[in-house]
Amino acid sequence: MATSAPARTPRARRGLRLPTRLDRRYLPVLGTFVVLALMLVVGGTRYENFLTPAVISNLFINNAHLIVLAVGMTFVILTGGIDLSVGSVLALSTVITAALLQAGLPVAVVIPLAVLAGTVIGLAHGVMIHYFQVQPFVATLAGMFLARGLCFLIAPESIGIADPAFIELATWVQIFGQWRMTSSVLIALIVVGLGFLVLHFTRFGRTVYAIGGGEQSALLMGLPVARTKVLAYVVSGTFAGLGGLLFAMFSRSGYSLTGVGMELDAIAAVVIGGTLLTGGTGFVLGSVLGVLVLGLIQTIITFEGTLSSWWTKIVIGVLLLIFVLLQRVLSLRRT
Amino acid sequence: MRDVLRHHLFWPVAALVVLLVANTIARPGFLAVTVRDGHLFGAPVDILRTTAPLLLVALGMTLVIATRGIDLSVGAVVAVSGAVALSHIASSPNPDSPVTVLTAIALALVLCLLLGVWNGFLVSVLGIQPIIATLILMTAGRGVAMLITNGMITTVNSTPFKVLGSGFWLGLPAAAVLAFGVFAVVAFVVRRTALGMLLEATGINPAASRLSGVRSRTLTWTVYTASGLFAGLAGLLISADTMAADANNAGLFIELDAILAVVIGGTALSGGKFSLSGTLVGALVIATLERTVTVLGISPLVTPLFMALVVIAVTLLQSPRMRERLTARRRQVATPPGSRPAAGPGPTPGSTTDPTTDPTEVKA
Repeated sequence: MATSAPARTPRARRGLRLPTRLDRRYLPVLGTFVVLALMLVVGGTRYENFLTPAVISNLFINNAHLIVLAVGMTFVILTGGIDLSVGSVLALSTVITAALLQAGLPVAVVIPLAVLAGTVIGLAHGVMIHYFQVQPFVATLAGMFLARGLCFLIAPESIGIADPAFIELATWVQIFGQWRMTSSVLIALIVVGLGFLVLHFTRFGRTVYAIGGGEQSALLMGLPVARTKVLAYVVSGTFAGLGGLLFAMFSRSGYSLTGVGMELDAIAAVVIGGTLLTGGTGFVLGSVLGVLVLGLIQTIITFEGTLSSWWTKIVIGVLLLIFVLLQRVLSLRRT
Repeated sequence: MRDVLRHHLFWPVAALVVLLVANTIARPGFLAVTVRDGHLFGAPVDILRTTAPLLLVALGMTLVIATRGIDLSVGAVVAVSGAVALSHIASSPNPDSPVTVLTAIALALVLCLLLGVWNGFLVSVLGIQPIIATLILMTAGRGVAMLITNGMITTVNSTPFKVLGSGFWLGLPAAAVLAFGVFAVVAFVVRRTALGMLLEATGINPAASRLSGVRSRTLTWTVYTASGLFAGLAGLLISADTMAADANNAGLFIELDAILAVVIGGTALSGGKFSLSGTLVGALVIATLERTVTVLGISPLVTPLFMALVVIAVTLLQSPRMRERLTARRRQVATPPGSRPAAGPGPTPGSTTDPTTDPTEVKA
């Protein structure tokens, strides 16, 4: 993945005592990659049929929505903020999709509206955070409650989706040999590609990193801090709305209680993917690796059979701890 | 009048009053408290009882936030506490004996204390960001609670334990007596000794306070330990109320409610100055709001919406930008007569006032 290519850059300085000439910024991502590889190897040797295209395809199909959330979360965390609302915005988007489809609106109208709901909430977060200087934690916490409340206001019960056009979109499957690709995976991969391009090859992306590195300095450099910061929350909100759409395609329903605690999965994926919560350092592809690690834990626990699902939570907690300690050691060396 | 308006408790108390008025309009007998069987009965008493766990958790959260931290793990600690206590009672041959109940309580509290120590260790010794350090336990803690209860909802019958949740002491709900008692003790210790000032110093600038001789690391460690302990106590109250240890749902989102209570009470998440009385009002606002939604006949599922509106209103009114605007207008009005600018009481030369005796800060 993206971790091996920059290994030859001559940026490693004498403070680093590793034999390889590797940029320290890539170490956490490399760690995630190693963990992922280890899990695949261990799983492959322990269980038959583990390293099959079907299992790997399912890993992506089951986690497409989380990948989209994690990409949006990466933008926000890179600016040094946080977005606690993504789980409930996702739920709101599923409920809006299902309710509008039930009301008989065409798919072409419903899909933009569902995504737009996320955009609007993201914009509100950005405005509260930047112009009213409310802390990101509080503003998005309020947004989380707001979105969850709106869900219940629209539909307290689960709504099934029966719209033929939507179903057709949701069941679109392309098969390459043993590999399967659904429309949700395709959308998720496009989002990852977009996120990667925007963060690394545009002025907006560079400003995101600059704000996370130091907002004051970014201001003094004359960068458009206000616009970029608000936009980062708009990106996160929009992707949460899109994630809701993918989840509605996955579950064929809209339900107010979906995505409870999903914001924490997204944050955990971003952290495991090597992004520092203080902002300024991190990669979209790392976050994708983080989602795959979380998904693979679930897969392994399913394969194990005897291990109960609560081990998932404990393993994720332990992994978080390891990665946070790793990042801590790396940042200690830097200073 | 201006002093009243500028008081940091003005907006939270106003929110509480509005809620109470709305309730009284919807149900005229709302504020009535009657004595039945030697106990007090009525909606206000009920609100006090339902506030108790939240108040305990928010109390610990306030101290943690004062040091510029945050404790996301309290909900998981609540679940662990209930799981340990009820599993112990369920496995003992005599669930009604006071010894069993006391052992269960002691076991739960000690374990929660250790969980707090663990959080404090990550934050103060290893220097991990509080939100991430406590996210670890938040994620893993519920798994641990499920491990303890074996993934099932453990239900027990134990009369002495049940008192904690729904019993009465001195005519008042036992849970409320306990929570308000702990609150009063902590408020007394923090505000009548230098501890509060030291906490604020740590929150405003940990490095500077350490250089000036404050033991920031020990203080930080202590507040996380206290937060774990209080969350454990809250877990006992919650599990005694339902007499069931539900590892998945016990204390779900209580960390968010507690943070909301702290924020509504006017304590900034950026650390430093904190207000315990504000947190008390904040917790009461949340409990009253939940009650109001039911009284008004709205589905309790929509409660989050109202909570969000209250939080958005209170935080926007307290936001620096809004304050700036308000003070700017006031300054325009105040300066023409040639009085001193309304920049607040600056330190007069030679004064020995300590930083906690800010006029806007109320002793809890």
